[in-house]
Amino acid sequence: MESHAAAVDLPGRQPEIALEGVYTKKLGMWIFLLSEVMFFTSLIGAYVILRFANPEHFALPGEVLNVPLTAINTFVLICSSVSMVKAFAALQNGDQKGLQLWLLVTIALGSAFVGVQIYEYVQLAAHEGFVPSADLYAAEGGPLYGSTFYVMTGFHGTHVTLGVLALIFVLIQARKGAYTPENVGGVEIVGLYWHFVDLVWIVLFTIVYLI
Amino acid sequence: MSVSAPTTDFDLLPFAGEHHEELPFLRKYIFSTDHKVIARQFLFLSLFFLVVGGLLAAMIRWQLGFPGQPMPGGDVLPDTMAPGGIILPEFYNALVTMHATFMIFFAIMPLLVGVFGNLLIPLQVGAPDMAFPRLNMASFWLAVPAGVLMLASFAVEGGASGAGWTAYAPLSASGEWTGVYLGQQLWLASLFILGFSSIAGSVNYVTTVINMRAPGLTWLRLPLATWALFITAWLILLAMPILAGALIMLLFDQTIGTAFFRPEVGGEPLLWQHLFWYFGHPEVYILIVPAMGIASEVVSNGSRKPVFGYHSMVLAICGIAFLGWIVWGHHMFMSGMNPMLGTTFMVTTMLIAVPSAIKVFNWLGTMWKGNIHLHTPFLHGAGFVSLFIVGGLSGVFMAATPVDIQIHDTYFIVAHIHYVLFGGSLLAIFAGITFWYPKFFGRIMNEFWGKVHFVLTFILYNVVFFPMHSLGVQGMMRRLYDPYQYEIFADMLPLNRFISIALFGLVVVQVIFALNFILSLWSKKVGPNPWKANSLEWAVPSPPPHGNFQHMPVVYRGPYEYSLPGADEDYILQTEPDEKAAPAERPVEPATR
Repeated sequence: MESHAAAVDLPGRQPEIALEGVYTKKLGMWIFLLSEVMFFTSLIGAYVILRFANPEHFALPGEVLNVPLTAINTFVLICSSVSMVKAFAALQNGDQKGLQLWLLVTIALGSAFVGVQIYEYVQLAAHEGFVPSADLYAAEGGPLYGSTFYVMTGFHGTHVTLGVLALIFVLIQARKGAYTPENVGGVEIVGLYWHFVDLVWIVLFTIVYLI
Repeated sequence: MSVSAPTTDFDLLPFAGEHHEELPFLRKYIFSTDHKVIARQFLFLSLFFLVVGGLLAAMIRWQLGFPGQPMPGGDVLPDTMAPGGIILPEFYNALVTMHATFMIFFAIMPLLVGVFGNLLIPLQVGAPDMAFPRLNMASFWLAVPAGVLMLASFAVEGGASGAGWTAYAPLSASGEWTGVYLGQQLWLASLFILGFSSIAGSVNYVTTVINMRAPGLTWLRLPLATWALFITAWLILLAMPILAGALIMLLFDQTIGTAFFRPEVGGEPLLWQHLFWYFGHPEVYILIVPAMGIASEVVSNGSRKPVFGYHSMVLAICGIAFLGWIVWGHHMFMSGMNPMLGTTFMVTTMLIAVPSAIKVFNWLGTMWKGNIHLHTPFLHGAGFVSLFIVGGLSGVFMAATPVDIQIHDTYFIVAHIHYVLFGGSLLAIFAGITFWYPKFFGRIMNEFWGKVHFVLTFILYNVVFFPMHSLGVQGMMRRLYDPYQYEIFADMLPLNRFISIALFGLVVVQVIFALNFILSLWSKKVGPNPWKANSLEWAVPSPPPHGNFQHMPVVYRGPYEYSLPGADEDYILQTEPDEKAAPAERPVEPATR
């Protein structure tokens, strides 16, 4: 029974743990995000290679894409990151009303981003002939432009949509009082994901719309 | 650091001592979150696909040994595959593609990672379960529909994918080349779903090893199996998403007509090769690194000696995993790449021989002057080491760009891949299944029939695959439906027929293993530690109860303290307190944060 006695004496884990203090769910999200980085790397990497190899397939920024509209949309998404930070800060201060309010703002901004993106897709497809299919492509440049654009921004948009759904879930939990300053788990983890998705968009906006 | 984050939710997890809840049947055996049940589920699923892959291999060898002749029992196949039992060329393409796909993605990979990762990681780190048990369950239940989709592709119009397991574009990008439309799309969708399964598993493994080790279990006290699975999890985590991205692009090329890999509309087929092999080479190490970990355990246990050079073993695993990211171009020497780039890839590839050789010599050093017990797991482990040497050396041949010009895409490559994946990984899997059978089922497999299976497999295996080196050097291309229609290959039929007959023998011999595996389920129950081993899984009953450990275990020593001078027995469990150790070396309370 000696080992039992020792186990009772030890409150936590052994001291050599490298990431001491990062609780398991948060660590899991960080590790998952590393794999997400690699996923977007494959899509963005393919775009960069295809664009370098076939410059004639790609038009200058602004010729096909609506840069001002997307710039505003980018601002909306950045604002949603700020509101996510505000939600987390409110929770840490024990401000449950503030948590719910800022979560709602984040959901609204995220939904607005997705809505504007869908509007942009419809405009591009209907008026510019800018579509993913090579056979139907009718815009400036060539079909690789449409293929890469829709796959990259589409998968990012899917991630934003999933993030909005996760935020709605967190908001429902928050209304039930599931989170306290001692138990921030869900809010912080969804927040990490949300900031990651924002960061990906900054990269996408730069390489697709600006250069 | 925020003060609000909980220190750990590990403390809240139920160890067996505090947990006696009886679960309903469905939660206990079907939708279980217990890592040991999930390991058994993966075991049955992947052994099923191992059988499927083996039968496909037998059909391939029938065509190569007896081309154009009706296959015994082949008339049960529909006329779209083998009318009158004679294999059609289109079906042969599907056979080679699906044999590799099933073996790599649905048999070897889940056997190594899904089965042993799930069984061993929580037990060897002293945790009650995985970090995210429900995610773990999702990992298994994503693998099932992936496998079903892959199997279903045989039944759709046009048959299963025939573009090779590497799915090179443009062959794979449009059905007009192969006649396979839906089959190829199912192949892509199935692997995409399987990728989610693998990533869910890896997130679990990495988090569990980092955050849930028992008190006193430092990084350099981890058993090598867990080290290997931990590094493998990182490889899966970072390589699988690359494949997912490539699969998505290819699937869109097939379905909605995007241009990525289709040269006729400006796409780049070579991009597929780069993306595929950027995933594919880490994948090769995903398939061998866990086998190395298992071999280290059984070789040390059978030799009753500590693993020779434990630190260098860990560093070698890390080195192989790192180098695995910068060698993908060696699969593409013949794609017309710049010779300077080819030389770079040649050098990085040959560098991998260094950590691999370190591991091989360490295994030999472990056996050297050991008190060797020739039990079945040790035999398979030693078989793994010897066949891995052959496979590793033929790898160096292929890495040399001038040699590769001759042997690229020939049976030399087929011989090499089977020496590392069958001789290497599969023998290690047999070692692992026999070694940890008590932890799966609380019983032990028959030793006599285990040894018979090993000896026959080892001999027949070499009879099948060694001559393929010779065929390859003479230029026989892989994936040829009927090589003998070409004058230069016509005289290779006798050797191929010899290989085929030996392969049928090899398949039949596996029945011994299957019967031993099944019948041993009703054999006598065994105690916690039938192999007299040291790591934490042997400190708990066989099979371990839900929650694994009665209380949180405390670790005082490394995992390979066999034959310690002055000790009463030739093994010491990691939980055994060291009376002579200075207090400073004992686990202490964690420093306050």
